[in-house]
Amino acid sequence: MEDFKQKALAGERLNFDDALNLYRDNDLLFLAKCARQMKERKSGNKIFYTINRHINLTNICSSNCPLCAFQVKDGDKRGFVLESADIEKILQDCQNTKNLSEVHIVSALHPNKNFDYYLNIVKQVKTALPKVDVKAFTPVEVVNFAKISGLSVKEVLIELQAAGLDSLPGGGAEIFSDRVRQIICPKKATAAEWLEVMQTAHELGIRTNASMMFGHIETIEERLQHLFTLRNLQDKTGGFQAFMLFPFHPANTILGAEKNIQCVGSWENLKMLALSRLILDNIDHFKAFWIMLTLPIAQLALGFGADDLDGTIGEEKIIHAAGAKTKTGITRSDLEKIIRETGYKPIRRDTFYQEVQNDNSASS
Amino acid sequence: MKDIEEKILSGERLTREDGLRLFNCNNLAWLGNMADTVRKKKCGDVVYYNVNCHVNLTNICTSRCKFCAFGRDFENQGAYAMTKAEALAVVADAIKNPNLAGLHIVSGLHPTWTFENYLEIVKAIHETYPTLYIKGFTGVEITHFAKISGLSVKEVLIKLRDEGGLQAIAGGGAEILSDRVRQIICPKKATAAEWLEVAKIAHGLGIKTNASMLYGHIETLAERVEHLIKLRELQDETHGFQNFIPFPFLPKNTELGKTVKQTSMWDDLRTIAISRLMLDNFDNIKAYWVMLTVPVAQVALGFGANDIDGTIHKETILHDAGATSPTALSEDNIIKIIREIGRIPAAVDCNFNILRRL
Repeated sequence: MEDFKQKALAGERLNFDDALNLYRDNDLLFLAKCARQMKERKSGNKIFYTINRHINLTNICSSNCPLCAFQVKDGDKRGFVLESADIEKILQDCQNTKNLSEVHIVSALHPNKNFDYYLNIVKQVKTALPKVDVKAFTPVEVVNFAKISGLSVKEVLIELQAAGLDSLPGGGAEIFSDRVRQIICPKKATAAEWLEVMQTAHELGIRTNASMMFGHIETIEERLQHLFTLRNLQDKTGGFQAFMLFPFHPANTILGAEKNIQCVGSWENLKMLALSRLILDNIDHFKAFWIMLTLPIAQLALGFGADDLDGTIGEEKIIHAAGAKTKTGITRSDLEKIIRETGYKPIRRDTFYQEVQNDNSASS
Repeated sequence: MKDIEEKILSGERLTREDGLRLFNCNNLAWLGNMADTVRKKKCGDVVYYNVNCHVNLTNICTSRCKFCAFGRDFENQGAYAMTKAEALAVVADAIKNPNLAGLHIVSGLHPTWTFENYLEIVKAIHETYPTLYIKGFTGVEITHFAKISGLSVKEVLIKLRDEGGLQAIAGGGAEILSDRVRQIICPKKATAAEWLEVAKIAHGLGIKTNASMLYGHIETLAERVEHLIKLRELQDETHGFQNFIPFPFLPKNTELGKTVKQTSMWDDLRTIAISRLMLDNFDNIKAYWVMLTVPVAQVALGFGANDIDGTIHKETILHDAGATSPTALSEDNIIKIIREIGRIPAAVDCNFNILRRL
């Protein structure tokens, strides 16, 4: 067996060349076997899920990334912005959701909303749902808040934390290559800015997630470099809790149309998942984000190194705008059944991967 | 599972008990890895596909199996029975593709058609298009032809071969080779013994056949294993099976579907892998994309499969049962699916003679 395969099998730390060799070797089931070992080293026989609610505050965006099907320009008929009264209604609904443990808020970069708007929403959510974790704002949004408020990234994060923010989601990372970002998202946070927000958050004790969006115009080397960049930062801070892969959904995007991009195949998806698990040996949890992958493939991902099916998710708008065919919500018993079929044990978690007990016997 | 792993790696035959342990093992990655290791050793990196056209002469059927959404009574909506001219027209349309290599002909058990009716159509197709291979008729249809004609199975097969140009028998109709299961899901058609008998007689005549298994309905895991063992035992005797195709049950619009849900991809992949491991005397395992869907079929090529079926032209039987896959794939598309995973596409005829290696 080649040296790079032996290292993978032994769970040793991989270098860039090892990773590239494993990618090129293309032995999907070998990667799966190693990734499963890595997963079991980190989380044993547990598969996590959470009961959460997604809130997208607005789709009106000054960034207009060619990769995105969600954003619209100011003045577009399809545009929406949630105001305090709209949030109030959602929160009432959340209060009626038994065992809700997380609210996930990500939005567009609205051209006219100031930082106080976002800050007030965090306060409003935390006041209404004091026991619920607020996971909100990708680094791209945080960078935008710093720009529109004149505050530093650190000051923005401190204010958000004081308002009730518990953690940051991992989106907006795309590919850490300025060559790629110039084409797929030229107007938003650079790779360096994204990483700086995460490092600052970790230093403030805010845990975050991380991600990679692949399957568009990036090279394989750029994908791998992205993963090694994350691993380096994680070595320094230890603040990333979970990693997720976003295969690019080309439908309804400018990027998809202009570059004639097809969806990544299932083989490639599972291969990247297993390989990422092996490279990112210092990140504990890997999400199989079923909204993007579809439920059957997400279940399969649990055999390729993932240990988290994410949430039951109230209403997801962003990925569905890009043509995702999945349902926008799933019941807890369905999720648990899917997990049990894999032989693993379903664990309902909070944002910080702590197991939570049900408040009562009713399921939502 | 260390003992099973050692057996697999040393090429030792797995027992019934081993098979059941494999089905009860949730380590999908390990199962896949084992099956892929065996596949590599046995078949190398070539993945077979065929440029073919499905011809279903009629959907009017006396058997009306509870897992089937295709079969109909005369008076039902959508019931059809092709004339010779209509069947020829389907082929005439398909042969516009210059790469078309052959036909897959399977049909309902028509209540008033004689064996001659079927034979005449196949003959006409064969005479009009002598270069196209004809693979067709499942063990269930052959049994039916013998019953309605008064001929023996052997005589039916000889007529189909010598007059109709039949070169291989399709693998369908095996379902689960257990009379307990068949009594419930398909009581009116060929029994397990009859299905196996047709395969055995065909092999004796030098006609190669495929084999299949319809799983994910009311069968137990032990019955799946038993099914594989029965095929393996006959194969030891005859070596006439060329290919094994696991079919996941598609519940939509079927009687059984009222109570049975569709299998998960997890189940589909482990079943492919276990088939490869148990059927140590079968050369080829097919990932049938129509039922598995294209994404699962692609992944299944890593779980022991080395064949992805064909372009099909227009699939109807399984699309009546709600198959979400397309009704045809272009050859370019199939080549792309195979190349994406680093394997070598090869177009074959119904007897796995390589026509084009790409």
